[in-house]
Amino acid sequence: MHEASLVSALCDQIDRAVAPHPGALVRVVHVRLGELAGVEPELFRVAFETLREGRACDGATLSIVHELAEWRCRACDAAITRGAALRCNACGGAARLARGGDLFLDRLELEVPDV
Amino acid sequence: MCDVCGCGDPKVVSVDVHASLLSANDHEAAHLRAHFLEDGVTAINLMGSPGSGKTALLEATARALGGRLRLAAVSGDLATTHDADRLALAGIPSAPITTGTACHLDAAMVAGAVHGGVIGEAVRTSDLFFIENVGNLVCPAIYDLGQAANVVALSVTEGIDKPLKYPVMFKAADLVVLTKVDLLPHLRGVSVGAIADALSRVMPTPRLIELSAVDGTGLAAWAEWLMARRDEVRRAPRPAHPHSHGHEHQR
Ligand SMILES: Nc1nc2c(ncn2[C@@H]2O[C@H](COP(=O)(O)OP(=O)(O)OP(=O)(O)O)[C@@H](O)[C@H]2O)c(=O)[nH]1
Ligand SMILES: [Mg+2]
Ligand SMILES: [Zn+2]
Ligand SMILES: [Zn+2]
Repeated sequence: MHEASLVSALCDQIDRAVAPHPGALVRVVHVRLGELAGVEPELFRVAFETLREGRACDGATLSIVHELAEWRCRACDAAITRGAALRCNACGGAARLARGGDLFLDRLELEVPDV
Repeated sequence: MCDVCGCGDPKVVSVDVHASLLSANDHEAAHLRAHFLEDGVTAINLMGSPGSGKTALLEATARALGGRLRLAAVSGDLATTHDADRLALAGIPSAPITTGTACHLDAAMVAGAVHGGVIGEAVRTSDLFFIENVGNLVCPAIYDLGQAANVVALSVTEGIDKPLKYPVMFKAADLVVLTKVDLLPHLRGVSVGAIADALSRVMPTPRLIELSAVDGTGLAAWAEWLMARRDEVRRAPRPAHPHSHGHEHQR
C-alpha cells in the first residue's frame, strides 16, 4: 500500500525534472525497483496508472527494471549464494547488499517541440 | 523538419534523473536525526507484525528502566489511540500518530508529532525515544525516521519462517527481539534455533534477544542493548553548527 506514496513521490520528481523543458511531453518513465527494496512492481504499476492522471507524466509509459538482490562480502567482495547464510564462505566476513536494495527514477524520455 | 509541410518535428530527448524515490523522506529523516543527535536523544524505531508485542515490550521497558532513564514514545496507529494511552499509563510520556489509511510511519509524520507541545519537550529531554511503528512487516521497513536503530519485535507465535517471507524488514533490523518466549513450551515445531537460522539468511549482522514481557526473561539483555545504543549516541560528535542546515519546519 505504500506503493501509492512512492508513486506520488515519483510524480513530484518527474514534475521537477520536466520543469526546465517547457512544452515537453513525458513519453517513457524508467524506474529501477530492487528485489529487496520492499515494493511490488505490479502494485507500483497500478498506482502509477491511477496517480499519473493530471500530472506531467499523464499518458507516459512506465518501464520497470526489477533488479535482483546481490549480497557480497564486505571484506573480499566474494558473491554470497542466494538463500545461504549472509557470511562469506571465503573469509568469514559480513555481507553487504551490493544490488537490489534501491528504488530509483533513472531516466525520462521526453518529446520536446523542435524550434 | 517534417517533409510534408516543413513544420518542426518534435524530437525525443533522454533526461537522466537518477534520484531515489525516497529522497524527500530521507531529507526529512536527516533533519530529525540531526535534532536527535543535538539533543542527545537515542531514537528507536520499533517495528513488527500486528500484535507481536511491541507495546507490551515498551510497558516492560518502563518497568525495567523507567527509574534510571527518561523515556518518551509515539505510537503509529491506523485508527485508535490505545497504544499511546497504554504507554502513558505505564509512565512513558507519549502521543499517538493516527495514520488513517497509511500502513507505515514516515519521517514527516514523526516530525509533525514531536514538533513542539508537551510531547516535543518530553522527546527533547529524553534519553530513549521509542517510535512504535504501525503493526506491519512490509511497509514500515523502507522509511527512515531518523532513528539510531531499528528493532523488530517478532513473536514466537508467528512461526519460524517470517524472516524468509519478509526479508526487507529483517535486512533493515539492527536487533530482533523474539517476544512471548514464555509461550514456547506450548508451540510444537517452533524452536529458537530455527528462527535464528532463518535470520542468518536475511540479516547481515544477526542479533537476537529472547524476551517475555510476562515473566521478565531477557529484559536485562534488552536494557543492556539499549544502554549501549545510548552510549553510542552520546559519544557521537554533535552537529557542529546545530542549525546551519536549512531549517524550515513545515508544520
Ligand atoms: N504470553 C505473552 N503474551 C504477550 C507477551 N507480550 C505481549 N503479549 C500479548 O500479545 C498481545 C498483543 O500485544 P501488544 O503489546 O498489544 O502487541 P503490539 O505489537 O503492540 O500490537 P499492535 O500495536 O496492535 O500491532 C496482547 O494480548 C499481549 O498481552 C508476552 O511476552 N507473553
Ligand atoms: Mg502496539
Ligand atoms: Zn504499504
Ligand atoms: Zn570475504
